[in-house]
Amino acid sequence: MRTDAILRIEQVSRIFPAVSGRQPVRALEPTDLTIARNDFITILGPSGCGKSTLLRIVAGLDTPTSGRVVLDNRAVTGPGPDRGMVFQSYTLFPWLNVADNIAFGLRERGVSETIIHETVAEYVAKVGLRGFENHLPKQLSGGMQQRTAIARALANNPEILLLDEPFGALDNQTRGLMQELLLGIWERERKTVIFVTHDIEEAIFMASRVIVMTARPGRIKADIAVDLPHPRHYTVKTSPEFSTLKARLTEEIRAEAVLAAEAH
Amino acid sequence: MALLRPLEPVSQRTRILLGVAFFVIFFAAWAAATLGGYVSKTFLADPITMVKDGWILLTKFGFAHDIGMTVWRVLGGFVLAAVIGVPIGILMGAYKPIEAFLEPFVSFARYLPASAFVPLLILWAGIGETQKLLVIFIGSFFQIILMVAVSVSNTRRDLVEAAYTLGSTSIGVVRRVLIPATAPDIAETLRLVLGWAWTYVIVAELIGSSSGIGHMIIESQALMATGQIIFGIIVIGVIGLVSDLLFKFVNRQFFAWRLA
Ligand SMILES: Nc1ncnc2c1ncn2[C@@H]1O[C@H](COP(=O)(O)OP(=O)(O)OP(=O)(O)O)[C@@H](O)[C@H]1O
Ligand SMILES: [Mg+2]
Repeated sequence: MRTDAILRIEQVSRIFPAVSGRQPVRALEPTDLTIARNDFITILGPSGCGKSTLLRIVAGLDTPTSGRVVLDNRAVTGPGPDRGMVFQSYTLFPWLNVADNIAFGLRERGVSETIIHETVAEYVAKVGLRGFENHLPKQLSGGMQQRTAIARALANNPEILLLDEPFGALDNQTRGLMQELLLGIWERERKTVIFVTHDIEEAIFMASRVIVMTARPGRIKADIAVDLPHPRHYTVKTSPEFSTLKARLTEEIRAEAVLAAEAH
Repeated sequence: MALLRPLEPVSQRTRILLGVAFFVIFFAAWAAATLGGYVSKTFLADPITMVKDGWILLTKFGFAHDIGMTVWRVLGGFVLAAVIGVPIGILMGAYKPIEAFLEPFVSFARYLPASAFVPLLILWAGIGETQKLLVIFIGSFFQIILMVAVSVSNTRRDLVEAAYTLGSTSIGVVRRVLIPATAPDIAETLRLVLGWAWTYVIVAELIGSSSGIGHMIIESQALMATGQIIFGIIVIGVIGLVSDLLFKFVNRQFFAWRLA
C-alpha cells in the first residue's frame, strides 16, 4: 500500500515566531507522514494541536519551519489547484452564486464554457444542490455552503482533497448527512482525501486510516487503520467493531485533551 | 414594547415619512423665525422670498446655465480623479511594495487643503475650466486612492487563500477576488468623495469665476440678496441628495450580495 504514495510529509515542523516578547509557538513538531493514493485519511486531535497548521502547509498556504511536503515527487512550494481545500470557515465567494462558485477554478484555468457548464451541473447534482444554482451564499444554510465548497474543490479535479473540519459548525443531524454524502462521493470516485476533525466518530466513520495527534506541540501519536467494509452506512456507527475503535481512540485522545486543558 | 430598540430596522414607509418630516420641521422653523420677524430680513431671507428670488434667478438671469456649469465641473474633476485614482488605489492595496512606495506621500498629499490650492492654480492654469477641474481633482484624487487602498487591503484573507487553492494566479486574485470583493466599498468611497467634491467646486467658483453656483452666491453677497444665496445653497443640497440617492440605488442593484 505504501508503495503508491501520492503525498509525503517529511520532517515538517512549524514554529510561529515570537510576537512582542512572548514565547515562540511550537505548533508542530517534526512530523513524518506518507499518504497512499486514493486513501481517506482523517487527522484527529484536540483543539490547538496544529491540525490546521499541518493542512495549511500541505496546501502551500503556510511554509514549514523545517522539512518539506512532496506531492507526486514534486516538492510543494505554494498553493495550487492540485490540492483542493475546504476550509474550517465559510469561504464561498459571496458575490458569486452557487454555480459560479463551483465554476471558479475552471474559469481561472480557462476551461471552455461548455465544459464548465457540464461540470457544474454534474457537481451540483453530486452534492444535492439542484435548484440552488442561482442562489447566493448568504441565501444558503451552513450545510449547503459547505456542500458548495466541497463541489467547488472537487470540480477542479485536484490530486488530493484537503478538508479542515468542514462540518465543525453544523448540527449533529446535518453533520451525519454530510459525512455520508462525502463518503459516498469518495466511495464512487476514490480521491485521495485528508480530513481534519476533532470528532472521534467522524474520524472513524470516514477514514481508512486515522492519524491521532498529541496536544501542543503537535506530533503524531497513533496511526490506526480502519478496516470497516465499504460502502459504509451510518448504521456502522453502532457496530461492535466501530465501538472498539471508538473506545481505543477515546482513550488516546482523552490523555491529550487533559494535557491540552492543563496547558491553558 | 419599546419604541427604540438598538439596530431594530424600520419599514420603508416609516423611513420615508420620518425623513420627510425633518424637512417639514426644518422649513417650518425657518419660516417661523423669518416670517414671524424674529430674524432681520437683511441677514436671512424667508422661504417665500427665497423661492421668488430663485424663480427670478432661473427665468431672468440664466441660473440654469450656472447650475449646469457647476455640475459639469464637479463631475469632470471627480470622474478624472476616480478613473486615475481607483486603479492606483487597487494596486496600492494589492501590492505591498507599491503601498510602501506611495502611501507616505499620498497620506501627506491628502491633508493638503484643496481650497488652499486655488490661488496657486489660478497662477498656473488661469481662471478657466482647467483650474476648476484641478481643484476638484486635487481634493478627490488622494482621498480616493487611500480609501480604495484600505478597502482592498481589508479583503478577507481566507477568500484570497481559497482562490489560490483553486488555481488563481496573482493577477487572477486581483481581478477575480480583490476587485469584486471590494467593489461595493469602492462605490461607497466614490459616493462620499463626490459629496466632498461639491465643497471644493463652490470654493473654486467663489474666487475668479464668471459662472457657476459659487459665482452667483458671491455676486448675491454684494447685493445683500440672501434669498438668492440660500436658493443657491439649497440647489446644491438638492443635487447632492439626488446624486446620493442615485448612487445608493445603483449600489443596491449591483451589489445585492452585500445586503443583509
Ligand atoms: N499565524 C499564527 N501565529 C501564531 N500562532 C499560531 C498561528 N496559527 C496558529 N498558531 C498557533 O498554533 C497552534 C496550532 O494551531 P492550529 O490552528 O493548527 O490548531 P488546530 O489543531 O487546527 O485547532 P482547532 O481544532 O481549534 O482548529 C495554536 O496554539 C495556535 O495558537
Ligand atoms: Mg483548525
